[in-house]
Amino acid sequence: MIGFVTNLLLLVFLVFILALVIRARRLFAVVVLAGAYSLVSAAMFVNLDAVDVAFTEAAVGAGISTVLFLAAMAYLPGQEKPAPDEGVINSTLLAALICVGAGILLIAAAIELPVIGDPNAPAHVHVAPRFIEESGSFLHIPNVVTTVLASYRGFDTLGETIVVYAAGLGVVILLSGHTRTARTIISSVKSVTTKTGRRPSASKTAKKVKSEKTFKPGKRGKNG
Amino acid sequence: MGENPILRVAAKILFAPIIVFGLYVQFHGDYGPGGGFQAGVIIAAAFILHSLIFGLAAGRKLVPAWLNFAMLAAGVLIYGGVGVAGMVLDGLFLDYNVLLADPSAGQHIGILGVEFGVGLTVTAVMLALFHAFAGFSEARFSHDGSAEDSSPDGKDA
Repeated sequence: MIGFVTNLLLLVFLVFILALVIRARRLFAVVVLAGAYSLVSAAMFVNLDAVDVAFTEAAVGAGISTVLFLAAMAYLPGQEKPAPDEGVINSTLLAALICVGAGILLIAAAIELPVIGDPNAPAHVHVAPRFIEESGSFLHIPNVVTTVLASYRGFDTLGETIVVYAAGLGVVILLSGHTRTARTIISSVKSVTTKTGRRPSASKTAKKVKSEKTFKPGKRGKNG
Repeated sequence: MGENPILRVAAKILFAPIIVFGLYVQFHGDYGPGGGFQAGVIIAAAFILHSLIFGLAAGRKLVPAWLNFAMLAAGVLIYGGVGVAGMVLDGLFLDYNVLLADPSAGQHIGILGVEFGVGLTVTAVMLALFHAFAGFSEARFSHDGSAEDSSPDGKDA
């Protein structure tokens, strides 16, 4: 009962944070609120006895993501652009309709779900009993989550690790100026200026040229 | 942020305990909540804190780019290597039972090795992401903000 009430309170808090996120126009506030959202979700996971998930949510969602968002925010304007006036009512109405519809569908689906912790739930009668019994008695590893993650589902985790690796590599390659577009810009800049420079300075110039190319027409379009 | 003495001292004091906590989470994952993913993020947080307070150049001195990318690949290779080790020892891919004579001990070693690989890759990815984002903006702003010919070469690495 207490768990249910706590969850309800946390859920209300999540909705409150979401409302603040929707209202906020400053991106800094949005990023910090997103971190707070993750922290409240982590508290909710703790309440649901999913400590490992809560740990990950707190470390990744509330910790590193916030820092990375702040670092990435440097490329964005500080304020969200206000929506244009005409057609707002129609698009908002449509969005609200879709959201309410999807929400009703999700709630309808959730009613069918088994109660939390129900030992007879389909998910708990298939392979889970074997995992729980073996992990303690045979493998002597008390944390079943670790056994499932690293041993029983080791192949999944290998895939996850490769996804993390590929994602990190992709972002670094995109931002480091080694892409074909950046190289073309660098070579064009090099042919114009006599400055030879090492790669970092060349890529800097490339970024500047790129930003000028992309930003100037937009400004003109807005003014004219 | 590096000018504030409170932040500098706090960062210096916190740096080692954060890493120790990360290692605890890494190697205590068998017995409590935690594991490679969480530990990797926590250890990366220590280095990111260092970079935030003392500047990107200092952070890059601590973990050079080549080391960062080596860690990135080494984590996945360690994971795969544990799997292949099972195959070499007449088992299946990612079969830890054959790693040691005692299957239970083999599972322990296998899980530790795999989690270590995960932690290494996650740490390296988080660090690389942070340095890619933060370094990119620093380069852009220093170029846009300062005079054109002030040759900012060598400041970022």
